[in-house]
Parts: sequence; structure tokens; C-alpha cells
Amino acid sequence: MLKLTCPYCGIEADETELHGGGEAHLERAAGGAGDSELEQYLFIRSNPRGVHFERWHHIHGCGKWFHAARCTETMEVFGTYSAQTLRPPENTLSEIKRRRPNWVNA
Amino acid sequence: MKPRQKYSAFALVREAMRGHTGWPRAWNSPLPSKRYDVIVIGAGGHGLATAYYLGKNHQIRNVAVLEKGWLGGGNTGRNTTIIRSNYLQDASAAIYEKSRSLYEELSQQLNYNVMFSPRGVMMLAQTHHEARGYQRINNANIVQGVATEYISPEQVRELCPIISISGPRYPVLGALWQARGGTARHDAVAWGYARACSEMGMHIIEQCEVTSVRTEGGRVVGVETGKGSIECGKLAIVVAGHSGVVAERAGFRLPIESVALQALVSEPIKPCLDVVVMANTVHGYISQSDKGELVIGGGADQYNNYSQRGSFLHIEETVRALVETFPIISRLQMLRQWGGIVDMTGDRSPILSRTPVEGVYINCGWGTGGFKAIPGSGWAMAELVANDQPGALAASFGLERFREGRFIDESVAAGVAH
Amino acid sequence: MSTRLPTGGVLVDRNKPVRFSFNGKKMTGLEGDTLASALLAGNVRVVGRSFKYHRHRGIVGCGPEDPNGLMTLGTGNRLTPNQQATTTRLFEGLSARSQNHWPSLEFDLGGVVDKVSSLTPAGFYYKTFIQPRRAWKHVYEPLIRQAAGLGRPPRDRDPDLYEHFHAHVDLLVIGGGISGLIAASIAGRAGLRVLLLEQFWELGGRTPVDVEMLGDEAPRDWIAERVEELNALENVHLRCRTCAVGVYDHGYVLANERVGEGTGDEGELRNRLWRIRARKIILASGAIERPLCFVNNDVPGVMLASAVRDYVTNFGVSPGDRTVVVTNNDDAYRTVNCLVRAGLDVPMVVDARPVPGPVAAEAKELGVNVVSNRAIANVEGTKGITGVSVCSQAGEGTVLERLDCEVVAVSGGWSPAVHLWSHCSGRLRWDDTRAMFRPDRTRPPLASDGEEQMVVVGSANGMLQLDKVIADAAEGTVTAVRALGGDADPGFLPEVAVQSESPASPVWLMPNGMDLRTRAKAWIDFQNDVKVSDIELAVREGFESSEHVKRYTTLGMATDQGKTSNINGLAILARSLNTPIEQTGTTTFRPPYTAVPMGAIAGKARGSLFKPTRRTPMDAWHDANGAYWEPVGDWRRPYCYLQGEESVDEAVRRECLSVRRSAGIIDASTLGKILVSGPDAGRFLDMMYTNMMSTLRPGRCRYGLMCNDNGFLMDDGVVARLSDESFLCHTTTGGADHIHGWMEEWLQTEWWDWQVHVVNITEQFAQIGIAGPHARKLLSSLGGMNLGAEDLPFMCWIDGQLAGHDVRVFRISFSGELSFEVAVRGSEGLELWRKIIEAGQNFDAGVYGTEALHILRAEVGFIMIGDETDGTVTPQDLGLTWALSRKKEDFLGKRAQERSYLTSPDRWRLVGLLRVEGNTPLAHGAYAVSSENSEFGHTRMIGRVTSSYYSPILDRPIAMALVENGPEMQGTILEFVEKDGRVRAEIVDPVFYHPSAAARN
Repeated sequence: MLKLTCPYCGIEADETELHGGGEAHLERAAGGAGDSELEQYLFIRSNPRGVHFERWHHIHGCGKWFHAARCTETMEVFGTYSAQTLRPPENTLSEIKRRRPNWVNA
Repeated sequence: MKPRQKYSAFALVREAMRGHTGWPRAWNSPLPSKRYDVIVIGAGGHGLATAYYLGKNHQIRNVAVLEKGWLGGGNTGRNTTIIRSNYLQDASAAIYEKSRSLYEELSQQLNYNVMFSPRGVMMLAQTHHEARGYQRINNANIVQGVATEYISPEQVRELCPIISISGPRYPVLGALWQARGGTARHDAVAWGYARACSEMGMHIIEQCEVTSVRTEGGRVVGVETGKGSIECGKLAIVVAGHSGVVAERAGFRLPIESVALQALVSEPIKPCLDVVVMANTVHGYISQSDKGELVIGGGADQYNNYSQRGSFLHIEETVRALVETFPIISRLQMLRQWGGIVDMTGDRSPILSRTPVEGVYINCGWGTGGFKAIPGSGWAMAELVANDQPGALAASFGLERFREGRFIDESVAAGVAH
Repeated sequence: MSTRLPTGGVLVDRNKPVRFSFNGKKMTGLEGDTLASALLAGNVRVVGRSFKYHRHRGIVGCGPEDPNGLMTLGTGNRLTPNQQATTTRLFEGLSARSQNHWPSLEFDLGGVVDKVSSLTPAGFYYKTFIQPRRAWKHVYEPLIRQAAGLGRPPRDRDPDLYEHFHAHVDLLVIGGGISGLIAASIAGRAGLRVLLLEQFWELGGRTPVDVEMLGDEAPRDWIAERVEELNALENVHLRCRTCAVGVYDHGYVLANERVGEGTGDEGELRNRLWRIRARKIILASGAIERPLCFVNNDVPGVMLASAVRDYVTNFGVSPGDRTVVVTNNDDAYRTVNCLVRAGLDVPMVVDARPVPGPVAAEAKELGVNVVSNRAIANVEGTKGITGVSVCSQAGEGTVLERLDCEVVAVSGGWSPAVHLWSHCSGRLRWDDTRAMFRPDRTRPPLASDGEEQMVVVGSANGMLQLDKVIADAAEGTVTAVRALGGDADPGFLPEVAVQSESPASPVWLMPNGMDLRTRAKAWIDFQNDVKVSDIELAVREGFESSEHVKRYTTLGMATDQGKTSNINGLAILARSLNTPIEQTGTTTFRPPYTAVPMGAIAGKARGSLFKPTRRTPMDAWHDANGAYWEPVGDWRRPYCYLQGEESVDEAVRRECLSVRRSAGIIDASTLGKILVSGPDAGRFLDMMYTNMMSTLRPGRCRYGLMCNDNGFLMDDGVVARLSDESFLCHTTTGGADHIHGWMEEWLQTEWWDWQVHVVNITEQFAQIGIAGPHARKLLSSLGGMNLGAEDLPFMCWIDGQLAGHDVRVFRISFSGELSFEVAVRGSEGLELWRKIIEAGQNFDAGVYGTEALHILRAEVGFIMIGDETDGTVTPQDLGLTWALSRKKEDFLGKRAQERSYLTSPDRWRLVGLLRVEGNTPLAHGAYAVSSENSEFGHTRMIGRVTSSYYSPILDRPIAMALVENGPEMQGTILEFVEKDGRVRAEIVDPVFYHPSAAARN
């Protein structure tokens, strides 16, 4: 039963008030994109055993989407951050590196 | 290779007289050879069945099945053992029905009692939309030659008296009924295939994790493992739950996310539920094992998870739904809950496919419904690996379908979980 | 015989007899008894039969570790199977029945299996019952199923109640023994919010039974002081009868409180499920004693040594007059002392160690015969022990002497109760000195921040000596409290002087050289009948992993979840494999620690609270006027309204004709209404919808389609532009929440720099649809606004007043008829509805439900999301290309619709169907077949019925379908496969009915 801190309302939100939204930082493929780019965007997922950047919706709370960096094996959370960003923030990345020195951002 | 001892009541009596000291190992446990024609990664039901049908149908017997942990320890040993083939899409109906029909004679084929019990599977229709969806599946099944029928609430009550037909929230409007669906003993399926593979001289190597896949000129030549380097002609990756991780080691990515699916059992009670019941509107399915436990499954978590444990959230949701549908279970108790890691694809249908690496084949993405598919999946996968070309059973399940937009979407009729 | 002692029993009140029944026999116990202690006091020694061999089973333990004392409690709709006698508190009128026997506990036909047990070793069923094929389902399996199972399930609905309780604490202490009390005291004094849970109804754990003095106080006094002090602290809560059952990620703990014990009236609160979030958890769950493996160690009367002294000390119950104590450690000598002090006979202590510690000498001083390096060769008796024979532990079982006794008190050492440590991936390590799996404190369950979530203390941490337990509890708690930012002061701890105990010697088989035959009589799992020989057989057959052994033999899978059998089983496995036990490891412990009623998990969510129904403001009116309900999403909507004796079909027909001939009124409030506003609202809707919405003029409406990014149609509805910067988007009933969320998702995660605000106002408005030739006259008769064709043209909206209500009227149609939708404040919905119904009487108007709505739309060829679409259908498939903007570079789904499979000319596309023969509607979802075969060998499907109705106005069945190349095949006759044969239908235009233009205007 995860709990994640919503960066908008500041609540330490219980899993019951959250909705998972899959991998974060996917780039939308639209008009002009090749079939392969479209496939990447719609289906291909990194699905790592380890550090995962993912989207969450505080659906039964403030209603905002946010991102989390979480370990899919231990459920540790390295940080939650705004969904209005194209890449994870530095403080989250450094927290990951602090706890997972060998981690490489694929 | 010592010929195996045939299992029978007579053998049991004979062994009883010498304190059961004469039983041989159910499967061999050798050190890896230098090279195999085919290496199958994953000694779960699907991997072992792949190896078995490679030997049986295609006479490819220089085969090793490599297992990271213990045989049958993934989803094969963690599911709710439901077997059915009442699927909507042609491709699904074909492979699941093939599988179901193989289950019918699997105990005799393997000389191992896998306890296939065609006790009947019913899927309750609890909204008009769901009722129409099941009627649609039933209509498709008529054409596909899958024996199902759409039955009335009265028939539901007759087959399963402990269901509360009248609701109040979601009255039972009918059900899709497959009389020859049922359950089997999950562990026995893996053990039975392992024993039969071993009998054909194949190597089953446990505690042997594949750490990388070696290729030359875009073609597989072998694998590195915890037990050394092994060469192979072809490589079949059959590792539900960890497909993404192994595919990454072979150098490609998959349209897959791994999530935890929750299940639970009650304590054993005397028989009260003869059929398998699935209630998809309220998210829960239930059957009673031969031991007497109520075996209950529900939803999958919505987040990527490799921990083989899970949340309480779906347990609660499922139990709540089943207490409402089967009021007598309220005073029974949850004895044990667990999670399994399942691969979910973009259309929730499996992948049986060639891959970007020549000679590497993948079988994954069975989502929450892999157990029922084991024999059919092994059959189709063996065909694909042996011929480097999918047969009719596997042809629709290629990786390229995601690029083409050619979905095999089973959720369309009534939001049916697999 | 077992009996109540004349004195003693600190937990029972000898002045308060409690009457109960066992297997129909009337018995009397005392207040404070457990069912198990009361049964023993009444000389009931056989309490059930084992699962597989139906052997006699007696009480072994004194708590949740007991595998045998399973009872069916209560009667009628409160019948509850598989309840542990050792954890059931006795109450007046309790009715208990033993289980798993037929016809009776004393004479059980199932016992025949025991006679042929050599034929039924572990996994025998995998090797037989194979031929003939049909026999499994029809002969073998039914027999096995009848024989299996324990108690019978209840037959009726549970009358009692359950509830959930949420708690958020700084520190959760699991276990109310001495370690738990120390932890709670330290943390409580530091001002932290503390919750302590204890499964039993008394605090103190084993200490009052096992310890003479705590400092200079009697343990009970010291405990009482702690409890008093803790109760005085507002930040500390103590809960007895509440068992922590599951530990989940991020400090989430589930606990089951037994509130009602069956004593109250029906409808009492039976269990309370605690859902706790703790910043840190102290695990002080204690340890569980292990039995020893010797021949016939399952005969009733073989009990855990600790349980024997619990019964004597706590309940004043003697399990038997003569007790042989069998041990490999010092702890069991406490039982010797306890029995001797109670005046009971201990003819011998059988100590497996070559050199027992100083405690042996003390026992000898009490006059007890202590023999060392000895083992039990055999236990005599079936329904109860008559005697034991003794042999050398090092040997193979040659009997050295025999003696009479009634009880064998065994102690094979202690195993920390590590279950809750393991639930969330806390690791274990094998401690060779202590001969136990202990929590590895360097690899604890992790909190969300990667730090340790749980600290394990006391005997749960492997500490068995009082001084070490106290020190460990203090040290662990201080660490945890400081990590939580508290100031810890363990100043109150008692000084205890303890005699240092001699080490236990690991004894896994008794005697060590037990032969093959007798290993088939040495039990490990008493409930599931797993014996030493079963584990050895599993290993012989290659089932070498601990998980394989568990699954092959069913070791540890009984209702006690292996609390007494796991470690012994693993040790036997390691011994058979000739590997150290740490290499075999344990199986994974899964929640719950003790079983939890399903009802408690469901909580209050039963009946009408199971899934609350959403209701429109007019719901009560519908209900009072014959509504035949159907659930739609979370709503309920009238499918039709039944009048008099008419059937559902007749009602639907009447409602359809009323709309076509005069007017019909429908509650459309459930339609989703989403207000989209802001400078970029038009641009945003251009992305959401396939149509161009930014060009819509204020005051106008447009029908729009929404696709997902896979290109498939997901929702439709009418969009009204309210102003330059605001749009009102209507969605399907089921789609409102989803579409609202969908819009938010895109705005927040993709186009976050666009200035758009989205709000779901579905419930703020009631919406009433009026359709039919008399619709305008009807509405106008309410007075307040002009609704003429010039005032309100088709696909326009205006604000105004009707019958004194502020309304917004849309002129849109889902039936092809002249039609208006009137939106009014939700609070005024019912009032306006009544007025419209009343006015409708002058125009022969009636109400209609969802089914008539569906038929009316099908008659004019309109699609319905969920019927014509199923998540794999594109707008192009439905002939809705006119709604796809060609001018827009991008909208959701546009690129995906360009993929090869979606542009294929062979896709199934929308057509109408008319039956060639027959007058009943085609079956829903029936498939059309061609003359060729598919790649799967069956007839190829080339189309499917998506909607099928009997049209009252046309007086014939009509249908819509998706057919391969359908629109190009008008006039072709297709064959559809139905249950009873094939049915022919002709492909026609999907518009079946054209209302007259005059009526529409």
C-alpha cells in the first residue's frame, strides 16, 4: 500500500486516493511521426526492475497529476515532482544516485 | 537415461511395500551441456510446455530449460487455476480452445495427474451491457466451435445455489456458461511437463539465471548464465512477469508493463461451490479447490511492480464484491493472500513472436490469464521455434501488430478480464 | 484425565461458571477460560480429526499456533467453521462442534485412510487417479472433495456487522508482552503517538507465567503499573484482542480486532478491521515454541511445554496427572517447576542434550527424574496417551524403558514469530547458536524513504533470556524513537538477575537415527498430516526447494500456516539434502498472520452500501411511477416505466410510439456535462474532438466525436459554445467522469501552458428531454420563453425561463423528432419535471426510458457508444467521416488512424440490416459468416450485429451491423449464425425511419 506525497497539495496520499498512469516522460507522437515512433509512444515501455519514472493522478484528492521516481522492486520512493516537466528534476536524480550509486538513467 | 517409472495405482502399492524408497526424481537436474539446439529461458508452465511440444511434435530434443529460481515458481504456482476458452476474438478462441482441449487429456499424456476438472465456468452478467457482451461472445463461440451457452438467472441458481441472484445492487441477469471449462492443479502442470521433458532427455536446470544473450551478426549464438556460458541454435524467452528484464538482456524492448495481480484463499471448508464463477462487473472470481479452500482472484495493481507482494486494495475490493455476491462467505476467513507479477501488453493479449534478434523468440504478455493457456501456448510456441514461422495459432500474436494497430482486444465485449 | 485444579488460574474467575456445549454435550467452564482450557478442564482431550488421515487430534498449544483445536461455533446464520479453540473466549451459551469426521468424533469412517496411509504418502494423488480419463471428474475428485475441507460453511446471510477503523500513528507496537510494553512506555514518554496491539485479551505476554520476579516486583504488578501509566498518557492507545495480521508497503498495517465474540444479539459488531499507517513499527510479536519429531508425536496429550504451564498457571487446568517433559533446552524446565508446584506428577524429564544445564540439577532437587541424551521412542495410545517409551537420542530407537503418563510436554526450542517481519520483504538469517531463523536487522522492511520501516525487538528478535529481552526492547525502541525525532529515556527498566541458560541443542529428529518405518509415524504438520517421511520422499523425487516441498507435501499450508511446523520441516529438508538449513531458506510468509473473516474485509460495504447508487433529482418520481431500473455506470436509470399489467416489451413499445406520435419526456440528467473555458478552450477542444470546435459560434451546438490516441472512438456528444471562451461538452452517461479526467490529464500533462479550465458540472444540472411532434407546444405551454423555429433553430441553444425556472434549452435531437433538452438547476429538477409531466397530459405525452431512447436513435441510424463501438471501432468505420476535420493538423487519434490496419479497405463498417424472413429481432452480437473458412478452420466471420431492436413505428425488426465492405454491398443478403440456426438479413442503409420534415421543424 503505497503512499506518495502529492507535490501540489502536499498531502501524503494513500494508494487508495491515487491512480497510476504508467511511465512518465513519454513523448507524444502525432502528425508526421513514423509508425515506429508511434509504436514507441503508444506501447513500448522501459518497464525496469528498479528505478521507474511514472505518472500518478491524485484522483480522490486534489485532482492533479504528478510524477514519481520509485523503485519497482523495493517500492522506495526517491521523490515526487511536477508533471509539467520534460525530465526529472535534479534533486530527485541526486537522491536516486545517493541511494543507487550504480544507477544509469536509460 | 534411466527409463522413468510409470505412475499408477500399482506402482504406488509396489512402492508402499518398500517405504516409497524406489521413486526416482521427477525430473533430472544436470549441469548444463556446452550446446543445445534450443534453450528455453523459464521453467514455468509455458516454458516447459514449449520444450515438451518441441520434443513431442517436432522431435527437437536437445533442449535445455533454464530457470532462475525454482521450477514452476512464477505465475504457474500463483494463479487461481481457471481454465476456459470462451473468448471473443478468433485468434484468442483458437489458442485457448486448443489449450483447453489439450488439458482434457493432459494427465494421460503426461502420466501425471494434473487434476483437470471440467466443473464449468460461468461469467455473470450483471448489467444489460454485460449481458449483451456475453451474448456476443456466445454468438462468436458458436461459429468458432467453442461450446458455450448464455444461461438464465434460474440456471445460474441451479448450478450455483449460493449466489445471491437478486442483487440488490447488481442482480444477476444471466451468465455465459462453459461447461467444459474448469480448473486444474497448477503445480502439477509444471511438474508433469518437467517430468515428461526430462523423460525425453531434455535438461531442466534450476537456479540458473541468464545474465546476457550473446549474438553474432544479429543472430543468437548463446547465453551467459550463473552456471557458465551455454551455446544454442535458438532461444525461446518464456518468462512471464520478467519478460521486459530478459528482453532487455537480449537487446530489445517490449510493449509490456509488469504489475502485481492479487489472489487469496480461504481456509478449507466442505464443498459448497461446484463451479467457477467470475463476476466482472464487481471484479472478482472464485472457485473451490479440491482441498476445500475458496480460491479467489481479483484485480491487478495499477503500477509497475516486481515485488511479488501486493497491496491490500484489490483484496478488499474483491472480497467486498464476493461477500455481496456470495453472502455465506462472510463468516469464512481469508487464510493467505499473495501476488504474482503479470505482463500486461497494450491490448491485453499475449505475444508469441519472432523478435528483432534472429533465432530469438518470445512468449509473454498473458496478463492475468496465462495458466489456462499453458498447453496451447507451448504447442504454438514450439511450432514457431521449430519452423521459425508461426503456425495459425500464433500468427495473430506477433509483435508487429502494435505497429499496425491490429489489436486483439478481448475487453471489447464486456470488459472481461482474462 | 485432564481436569480443573483445586487452586490457581489467574485468568479465570472461579465464582463465575459459564455454560457451553461441545458436540451437543452440556459443559461448564469459568469466566476467563478459552474454549480450549474449558474443554481440557472438562476432560475433553480429543477435539478433532486431522485433515488427511482423520487421526485423533488434541490441543497442542495455547494460542494461535495451535493447529488442532478447530471448531465450528454457533448455529444457524451465525455458524462459523474453523475457529481456534485456543483463541476463542468462552461465553455463556457457546455452542462448539468438532469437525472433519463422519459420523462422529469418536467413530470416524475417514479414519480408514490412516489404516492405508502407506498408500497415500505426500503427492500420491499426482501418481494415481489418472486412468480412465473420465473417472477423475466423476469418481475420484468428488470423493476427494467430500473427504477434504474442514468445517461446513454457513447456509445463510451473516447477520452480524463489521467495520473499518483508520489510525495514523508515529509508532505502532505489535505485541503486548514485556517488550511491547517497554517499547510503548519509552515512546509514550517521549510524546509520540503510539498504538500498541495485543492479540490476546490480557497484556503481559509470557512474562507472568515464565518469570518469577521483575526487579523487586511480581511481574503482574509491574505490568499493571506499566499499563496504568500508559493508559494515563493521551498519546498512547492500547488495544487487546487485536491481532496485527498484515504488513504492507510504506508502513501500512492491517489488524483484526475481535469485538463481538458471539455473545451479543444478532447484528452485533463482530470484528473491526484496523487500517493503520505508522511512521515506524516495533515488532514485539514474541516467539513460538517448536514441537519435537518423534514417533506418534501427534497423539492427543502431546502438547507444547509452554502451553502446559499456561493452562496450569493461567487457567488452573491440568492437562493430565502425569506429564513427561521432553526437551532440548532449559526453558522446558519451567514447565517442570510449574507442574510440581501444582502438585502434579512429572515422572521424567527426557533431555536430548548430552549435558543438560544447571536447571536439570534443580529439577532433580524437586525429586524429578531427569535423563539426558535420551529421546522418545514411541508414544502409546490413540485417543490419548497411555505411556511412552524412552530410547537414546543418539541411537536408532531401541527402547530403554517405558513409563505411564497422560501428557507429553515437548519443547524443541523457540522460533521468533517473524511472519510480520517477512510480509514486506524483511530478510531472515539463520542463527546457529540459537537454532532459529531470526530477523536480519540489517535488511529490514523498507519505508518509502528507503530507511528501516520496522524494528524488531525482544524474543521476536531471537532474545530468549529476560535480561536480554528487556535490554533489546529498550535499545530497539530508543533507536526507533530517536529516528522519529523523539527523546528517549529508558529509565524505568527493571533490574533483573537471571541465571544464564545453557544453549539448546538443535534436535530435528528423535532419536537421531530414527528408521525409515518410524519416520512415517513422526508428524511435522499435525493438521495436514505431513510426516518426516513425506519430506524425505519429496527430496528423493527432486522437490528440493523449500517452496517445492511445501507445495508437494502441503507442509505449512494448514490453517495455522505452519506456525509450529515450518522450521521443523525446513530442518528435516536441510537434513535430507545434507545442506545447512540457511541454504534451504524459508518459504515466503504471506498475510494474514491469523485468519481474517471475509466480512471484516468487506466491512460496512454490504447491501445498499456495497456500491452506492447515483441518483438524479427525479429518481424518487421514477421509482414511484413504475420505473423498471437498469444500472448504467454508477447511476440507475429507468429502462422503461411499467403501467398496469403490461410487460417490459409492451411498455417500451408504448413509449416509442408516444415519442413518434405525440411527445415523450425523458430524464437526461445523467448525461455528462463538462464546462471547458479559457482563452485556449477552442484550441483545446480541437485536439479533444475529431471535429473543428473552435469555429463553432456562440449560441450554436455541434455533435462531436472523441477518440483515444489509438484512434478508436471513445465518446460522443453535443458541444454547445456558451461564449467566446467557454464550451459546454455533453458526454455519454457512463463517460462523464472518464472524459473529465481525460481532459484534465491532457491539460496537466501535455498542454500545460494552455489556458483552459475544465469542470465537471454533471450533477449541478438536471436535464429533461422532450421529443416528438408536440414537443414545442408542450414546452411553450409552460410559459416564459419563445421556442419557435426562428427563436431557437436546430442545433442552437438559448437561456430563458420556463414555468418560473431559469433554464437553458438546447434544440438537439437523438430521435430525429423535434426535440428539446431543458437544463435547470439540479435542485429545481424535480419541480420542473413535475410541471412538464403535468403539462404533457394535454399533449398525450408520456415518459420514456433508456430502451425507447435506444430504439428511437437506431430507427434514425444514430450510433450508440458501447453498442456500435467497443474500443476497436473508428469514426471511419461508422461512416462518420463528416465529423473528422480535414483542416486540422492534429487531434487525438488522428495519427493512429493512419496506420495500415486502420486504413485497410476490408474493415468492418456500419450498415443497416433487415431480416428477410421472420419477425423477431436478430440476436445481439450475432455474427455474419461467409462461405469460406478462416485460418482457424471455422467459417469466416464477416460482420456482426451491433444493435438490434423491434421498431414499433415500422412494426418490424431492424438492426445495425458492422460488415466487411458493408456499405458497398447494399442489397446483399447475409447469413447470421444464431443459437438455433442461421438467419438471413439484407444490407440496407442504416437510416430506417425519416420523420416528416414538417414535424421536425
